[in-house]
Amino acid sequence: MQPINPRASDTTSEVPASEVPATAVPASLDLDQAYRDSQVGEVLAKLDRELVGLVPVKTRIREIAHLLLIDKLRASVGLTSEPPPLHMSFTGRPGTGKTTVAMRMAEVLHRLGYIRKGHLVVATRDDLVGQYIGHTAPKTREVLKRAMGGVLFIDEAYYLYKPENERDYGGEAIEILLQVMENQRDDVVVIFAGYKDRMDSFFASNPGLSSRVANHIDFPDYSVEELLAIAHLMLEGLNYEFAPPAETAFEEYVKLRVEQPQFANARSIRNALDRARLRQATRLFERGGTVTAAELKLIDESDIRKSRVFTASQPT
Amino acid sequence: MKITQGTFSFLPDLTDEQITKQVQYALDNNWPVSVEYTDDPHPRNSYWEMYGLPMFDIKDAAGVMDTVRKAIAEHKNEYVKVNAFDARRGRQTTALSFIVNRPDPEPGFRLERTGGADRQMRYTLHAYATDKPEGERYHE
Repeated sequence: MQPINPRASDTTSEVPASEVPATAVPASLDLDQAYRDSQVGEVLAKLDRELVGLVPVKTRIREIAHLLLIDKLRASVGLTSEPPPLHMSFTGRPGTGKTTVAMRMAEVLHRLGYIRKGHLVVATRDDLVGQYIGHTAPKTREVLKRAMGGVLFIDEAYYLYKPENERDYGGEAIEILLQVMENQRDDVVVIFAGYKDRMDSFFASNPGLSSRVANHIDFPDYSVEELLAIAHLMLEGLNYEFAPPAETAFEEYVKLRVEQPQFANARSIRNALDRARLRQATRLFERGGTVTAAELKLIDESDIRKSRVFTASQPT
Repeated sequence: MKITQGTFSFLPDLTDEQITKQVQYALDNNWPVSVEYTDDPHPRNSYWEMYGLPMFDIKDAAGVMDTVRKAIAEHKNEYVKVNAFDARRGRQTTALSFIVNRPDPEPGFRLERTGGADRQMRYTLHAYATDKPEGERYHE
């Protein structure tokens, strides 16, 4: 980076080489101390607590955090190396927690000092690609500017590249992204996210991009048990409770729902719970009279059983 | 003659790093930053040209510095300043404004005296640079 004021005096910032004390290299460094100081453990614990399942993802994030911490320590004793590549790709079906993990990742990187602010900017094709010639570059730059010092999360990144339309401006956006990813590695970390197969073909058709994305993390689908655990976590957050029969009803519901099209993992669970809340409210209203606090908290079996999922599974 | 307008103008010119830190301070205070330029150095010239729109929603100075560097590169021989606007209710004013680029050399001002009735003397400042038309000032 060139100084923009060549005439500016920098006498204050420069110390003559003779006065710089030779840094003593300590024989050993306290790894645990460094880990505690960085407070990364806290973020990782939060990740463990708030996200059910996703074991491979959590392991990868832990590995990345360890690498970054060791790299910091290496730098502190003068073992300089290239800064580790941080751009990532998150693949997985909808509702598997990609955005949530990206937010935690931003926090981890911030705690370790790899990014300065630690905020997450979510962008899709609409935010990056313009509608006419010359519209794309300023738009993409605008988003990148907002993401500086944090993480840029590009959801459904494969929409950026449309090979069937040669007049599409997506390529221009990719080019600018590449430039910034390469030249301003200290300023911004880019995470690409989307379905696995489509991301694979997206990277295959943009070799420049895939070589700059070092960490590919795949998010597996949740099992029924995990989805139930997620439901409980969500209910707890909303201050609701399943009645015991509702519990079994919900388990049946989840088993049926998983088989249906457009199942979006945790997001579908959240929607199902929202609809159950709706039905509970209606049920209480239709009954009228007085309600107790316990009743306000309880989701009944009937609130679940009325779902479309149960009726659709029977031949009508 | 080095003109002294805005914050830090009595100090030596700010370095890249110092500008970045000042911009970061503004952003940390939630002041959107904008860049302006002019080739009319008169102190009462309050209307400088805007270099692009004010930059909103930016958290880190790196996002602003891009624009600042571009503005300076494009207006090497003009004055460029960085403004930070405090949009809070009740304040709504420029909170920080400093020059980041100035032409070289700066010819300065001449004091003009105009005699009036009753030996009254009126004074005014005249910038040597403005003898030439806009756009041709400060170019050898």
